[in-house]
Amino acid sequence: MAIRRFKVWRGDAGGGELTDFQIPVDPGMVVLDVLHRIQATQANDLALRWNCKAGKCGSCSMEINGQPKLACMTRMNSFSETETITCQPLKTFPVIKDLVTDVSFNYEQNKRIAPFKPRPRDADGQYRMYQEDVDRVQEFRKCIECFLCQDVCHVLRDREGRETQSFIGPRFMIRVASLEMHPLDTEDRIPELKKELGAGLCNITRCCTEVCPEHIQITDNGIIPLKERIVDRFYDPVAIIGRKLLGIRKRTKTRSEEAAQGAGSEDRDG
Amino acid sequence: MALDVSELQTIEHDVLVIGAGGAGLRAAIACSGQKLDTGVISKSLLGKAHTVMAEGGMAAAMGNVDPRDNWKIHFRDTMRGGKFLNVWRMAELHAKQAPDRVRELEDWGAVFDRTKDGLISQRNFGGHRYPRLAHVGDRTGLELIRSLQDHGIHQGIDFHMEVTALELLKDGDRISGVLAYRRETGRFVVFRCKAVILSTGGGGKAWPVTSNSWEYTGDGIAMAYDAGAELMDLEFTQFHPTGMVWPLSVRGILVTEGVRGDGGILKNNQGERFMFNYISERFAPETAATVEEAHRWLEGDKNARRPPELLTRDEVARAITAEVKAGRGSPHGGVFLDIASRRPADFIKRKLPSMYHQFKELAEVDITREPMEVGPTLHYFMGGIRVDADSQQTTVPGLFACGECAAGLHGANRLGGNSLSDLIVFGKLAGDGAKAYIQALPTTPRVDGDQITSAIRRATEILNRAEGENPYLLHARLEETMARGVGIVRTKNELETAVAELEDLKVRARTMKAPGASQYNPGWHEALAMRSLLVTSEAVTRAALMREESRGAHTRLDHPDENPEGLTYNVIVKKAADGRMETEKRRRPDGPPHLVAIANAKIEDLEAGKLGTAAPST
Repeated sequence: MAIRRFKVWRGDAGGGELTDFQIPVDPGMVVLDVLHRIQATQANDLALRWNCKAGKCGSCSMEINGQPKLACMTRMNSFSETETITCQPLKTFPVIKDLVTDVSFNYEQNKRIAPFKPRPRDADGQYRMYQEDVDRVQEFRKCIECFLCQDVCHVLRDREGRETQSFIGPRFMIRVASLEMHPLDTEDRIPELKKELGAGLCNITRCCTEVCPEHIQITDNGIIPLKERIVDRFYDPVAIIGRKLLGIRKRTKTRSEEAAQGAGSEDRDG
Repeated sequence: MALDVSELQTIEHDVLVIGAGGAGLRAAIACSGQKLDTGVISKSLLGKAHTVMAEGGMAAAMGNVDPRDNWKIHFRDTMRGGKFLNVWRMAELHAKQAPDRVRELEDWGAVFDRTKDGLISQRNFGGHRYPRLAHVGDRTGLELIRSLQDHGIHQGIDFHMEVTALELLKDGDRISGVLAYRRETGRFVVFRCKAVILSTGGGGKAWPVTSNSWEYTGDGIAMAYDAGAELMDLEFTQFHPTGMVWPLSVRGILVTEGVRGDGGILKNNQGERFMFNYISERFAPETAATVEEAHRWLEGDKNARRPPELLTRDEVARAITAEVKAGRGSPHGGVFLDIASRRPADFIKRKLPSMYHQFKELAEVDITREPMEVGPTLHYFMGGIRVDADSQQTTVPGLFACGECAAGLHGANRLGGNSLSDLIVFGKLAGDGAKAYIQALPTTPRVDGDQITSAIRRATEILNRAEGENPYLLHARLEETMARGVGIVRTKNELETAVAELEDLKVRARTMKAPGASQYNPGWHEALAMRSLLVTSEAVTRAALMREESRGAHTRLDHPDENPEGLTYNVIVKKAADGRMETEKRRRPDGPPHLVAIANAKIEDLEAGKLGTAAPST
């Protein structure tokens, strides 16, 4: 059993500092095991989140030696034997205590997305979808909401500025993608995506994709296709003329714009 | 210190759901759908409950893969798996309603794996006669919880995340609210409500080797017990046969039964496929007799019988334990689970992606090339709070329970896949039950200030005392006690020793000390959870002592056989007037004749629809 050096950030919203621990480590341990041992034997009140301990729930997100990671999936033998391991809370979200941050921002973003709205069932009461048509959506639905992608998204990191406040972040871009590409869904979220959810603020640096523990191709399979849909709807003259000729109407106004216009016209009529 | 209850934050709801796993979310959706003001509290963040760990699928006799399947066969499988100790009506409701509950998830956005015809695909699982488990690879639980979550947030439900319930409040006999605390700040909060739905899961954290997360501390079971509710069947604790055994830090983490459903086989260190030596008389007629027949089944031969690796979990777990005891185990004290030699690598990666990932990342084992090492892990409580089958109401008016914390559906042993369907079937029924109760409620019950004050005092003493027992180390002692005395095989002597040790731990727990302040303090949270763990552990141990036979997941070395008398009662645990824990053998009502006929029918008759046609359709 080797003794390893850990530096763990301890503090709260008012400030804090890295605290040193010397702790015995057994073979096969992951960083979360070591933090639990510190908690049980040296710092009973060390705050951290965890649940499944198998990379399935996305609770134990933190920055380990500066890298956003799941502590339960970071094996101790991935570090050299003399390396000091530094654990810090996610930087994009406000600290509550020690390694626990306030991630409520993310739960608020989900509510901004129009929910799933399925087409009617077939006459026999079934929905039919083919596996090849749901493969892409299933990739997005693997998301465990660890919010590591939200943590590294520079748009969200700098969201103090007013202009960038609207962006929902990569996790919720793929949530939108999972709905827009769902074979049964009949809702249209493209105007909202452009005008309210801040899709244009993402400039595709792919940091989100790199940290995804589920290896979801957030940028290539989710964000870029959504951006293409926005371009197609709002900017592509060929597509716009083509739709006009064929008499196809696509929404360019958001629900709230439609509602404002509706209210306005009622006023005029009144 | 005088405590002014009126200064505490008070939140009012018609109904408060405790727990945000599959059952709690489904119950909350049912409540809000009936215009009840609905709140949900959860110890973790939304979407992190243990439901996400469910892998294999949810059982529902939709017949998409094998049209011979129907509710009667699902019902029969469930009863046989539960060794006929299941509550008949619950097993019936579950088998009949599961298909609609699964299909409803599609309305809310769930994307299950598909058959060639575009329908929900269904996979084979232990104890299920036909491919019956709707699934998404091996991450079905995540799909379930996310679908309910994404739907639920638009239903006007108030979610209070990282809030832990401490005590159920009562007005006379009736439920009137819940005292809870916010983990983030340590502040207490009073929920005033007309009904409470418990969906708090089991108590696996009393054991050292478990697939359960920290949340599984038996909170609902203990709170219901303290509120005067009856507990039932707690002696039946399921050890899942296949948990990881190495490295030590991941010991107990689940390896889905889907591995065996998709063709994986169990071998001992001699390379022998040992399960053929453990086929009991009850299952022999429906289990392959030879390796050759089992192979034909895997190839899709509908006349071949199922391989013995797909016997019920209690049978497989006991067989693995016996092999290890006989010295035929794997290097780290398990047996080998081999799918590498059975299926091509791309099949394994597609059907079992989480397992591939989990072994690769945590154990450095490539399951497409090497066998896994697996052994039993405490996985599930069949028993829990006694409820009425149709309404899910406990014996306390206004208190409902659903999901793992409720007893009855699974009897002495649960079939894989019947848990996720349990959550959505009985979650909905609990919501309906709460609605009916509230509608008939004459007056709004009132919360009792004295009850709140004394509960808060008990909780804060842990922080305020100068020194005392370390809650983490006390928890470790509890795990040792349960592992030694209340394991996969049990004896009277060991159980009595465990009871004595638990009495000692209860005394020590009175002087636990958590250093630090109340703000996000895991030491304090651990100490508060110890109270629930101790009540739950004692109930399991005393119930196990009372049942002097071996049935399903409860194995007594000193009573190795099923005893016909064992079918005539359930073990009930409740709090006596003097505060002691009381156990009793409660006589079970006989099963309704139409259900008894189905449970005992020949499979061919059920396939042909020859039986049970007179049964009511809902």
